[in-house]
Amino acid sequence: MNWQLLPQFAVSGLLAAGPIALTALGLVLIFKSSYIFNFAHGQLLLLGALITWWFSVERGLPLWLSIGLAVVLAALLGLLIERLALRPMTGQPLLSIILMTLGLSQALQGLALLLFGGAQRNFPQMFSAANPYKIVTPLIYNDKPITLILKQNLVWSFGVAMLGVILIGAFFQFTRTGLAMRGASEDHELAQSLGLRIHRIFGLSWALAGMAATTAGVLLATSSGLDLSLAVVVLAAFPVVLLGGLESIPGAIVGGLIIGLAQGIVSASKVQWVRGTTEIMPYVVLLIVLLIRPEGLFGQKRIERI
Amino acid sequence: MAVLRPAGEFDVSYARDMATIRRPWQWALLFGFIVALYTLPLYASQSTVALVNRICISIIAVQGLNLLTGLTGQISLGQAAFMTSGGYISALLVSRMGWPFLAALPAAALGAGVVGLIFGLPSLRVKGFYLVMATLAAQFIIPWFTRNAFPEVLNGAQGITVPPPILFGVTLNEPGRYLGLTLSVLIVTTLVAHNVSRSRLGRAFVSIRDNDLAAELLGINLFKYKLQAFFLAAVYAGAAGVLSAHNLRHLNSETFNLTDSIFLLGMLVVGGLGTNLGPIFGGIVVELLTEGATLFGPFLISLFPATAASAGQAMRPLFFGTTLMLFLIFEPRGLAHRWQLFKAGWRLRPFSHL
Repeated sequence: MNWQLLPQFAVSGLLAAGPIALTALGLVLIFKSSYIFNFAHGQLLLLGALITWWFSVERGLPLWLSIGLAVVLAALLGLLIERLALRPMTGQPLLSIILMTLGLSQALQGLALLLFGGAQRNFPQMFSAANPYKIVTPLIYNDKPITLILKQNLVWSFGVAMLGVILIGAFFQFTRTGLAMRGASEDHELAQSLGLRIHRIFGLSWALAGMAATTAGVLLATSSGLDLSLAVVVLAAFPVVLLGGLESIPGAIVGGLIIGLAQGIVSASKVQWVRGTTEIMPYVVLLIVLLIRPEGLFGQKRIERI
Repeated sequence: MAVLRPAGEFDVSYARDMATIRRPWQWALLFGFIVALYTLPLYASQSTVALVNRICISIIAVQGLNLLTGLTGQISLGQAAFMTSGGYISALLVSRMGWPFLAALPAAALGAGVVGLIFGLPSLRVKGFYLVMATLAAQFIIPWFTRNAFPEVLNGAQGITVPPPILFGVTLNEPGRYLGLTLSVLIVTTLVAHNVSRSRLGRAFVSIRDNDLAAELLGINLFKYKLQAFFLAAVYAGAAGVLSAHNLRHLNSETFNLTDSIFLLGMLVVGGLGTNLGPIFGGIVVELLTEGATLFGPFLISLFPATAASAGQAMRPLFFGTTLMLFLIFEPRGLAHRWQLFKAGWRLRPFSHL
């Protein structure tokens, strides 16, 4: 173990987990309102980032305006997906719904390839890559204080991601619509009989998820570039969601941070074999969680009856 | 659907009642069809034979998935990972240990089955998308293992070259010679899958799918049967992986990837979940469709000149995804169900209702 670098890697891991937590939140949003696990979230992320790129680089609009336009378009795309693909699936078995979002992910992937091509793109930088923040910690190792070097873009995207998480969490917890969404996820029919318009609720949650996905996509693209592999990043968010518990918004944050931390610590190791496990770390954590505590850290345990 | 027999046909013995193929002319048709397939290389082009090879391999993998997802109701996104395991085991047995191909094929299939057992373990505790996640973990961990473990044997991300199989002194190094092998394996797997589905094992699978708690109360050992389903599915995937790897003659961690797992599930749905005809219909239709999608490439390149290079590439996921979604909305029971309706409608002619 490389003790000198461990705090640095741990903090970098934590910061990198910010956008992942925002992605996980998009998944939780849809799951909480409609009990659908959205496998197409990665493609939403990708399309959001690509649309932003198109507006700002191809059309030459200022970055803030292109992000705004992309967020609006992504919300519309979310509404469209809910109306065309998921609404006919209401009341269908779980397998059909899972396959629907899988099919959707393939169709959107093809669409992204067709419209934008598969080339690697330079995404406009929002935060300067030069002069990173330096923090001298009180920890002493080998008579030298440990200094943390934090890249500006990581810190800012972590901040923005956390802001998004808190906004959406507050929306769920304190507004009437948020309460309606939580109610709708419990039981569609019951919610409907109580006068909740569940289709409007589903549509709203897909629109919100599209917006969260676009934000996360833009944040990830500024720190790691933009190409089709952006959609794969979301696969790292699946274990996060399960670790935190599918129904839980704090769970999405805590799960993201735990997995980011674990990845950071593993990548600080001196043994090459251990460092190699960084990329599958989320999935190893996932298997352990599934075997020991399937409902996750903050999820609800459901009791089944025949 | 109730068993619907043509007018005037009655079962006079239990054997007849259970039979899948009932009439002499049906036997003759089946025999003729199989002979036609085996002799395909004599009158079809090389690329057609290669396509039929690919279709047969896909059907084998989907048949395994049908046992697990269609009959037992356990959704798996790890089928391609088990294909990877089978392919690697067989390639190593043949090229490193000098095993004959005929011994390596079943050994690799069983080896993949054991890998499947390991990743089936979470199925006892979790179901639904939690299980999808556990099998998705297999889809990440197995390719990672082939990339990082034993680099001197598995050759890391580069992958390994796989020798063409040698059967009875004949090297199967072109599609025409390979076809006999894939067809023979396909016939065996079809027989096994069909008979599993109508045996005690298959009925236990179906009861778990329909209601696992009720099945457990009826005395069905959930753990045992779920693991058996995972084992069988992975054995099928392993066999498909072996055939595919020796056909492509190269194998790395990306040869069978997550997209392939999604495609296999899609083929199953398009064909019809939980039916014996489903995997066959689904494999043929989806493979032909994606083949057609690559043919549309040049036409679409003229429409989207900016992205000419990737337009052809984009067609495959786009066509497949759209087809899968349309099937889920308009015909969730798949082509097999449509075929049943067609047969019933034909038998009841001129009356249109069942």
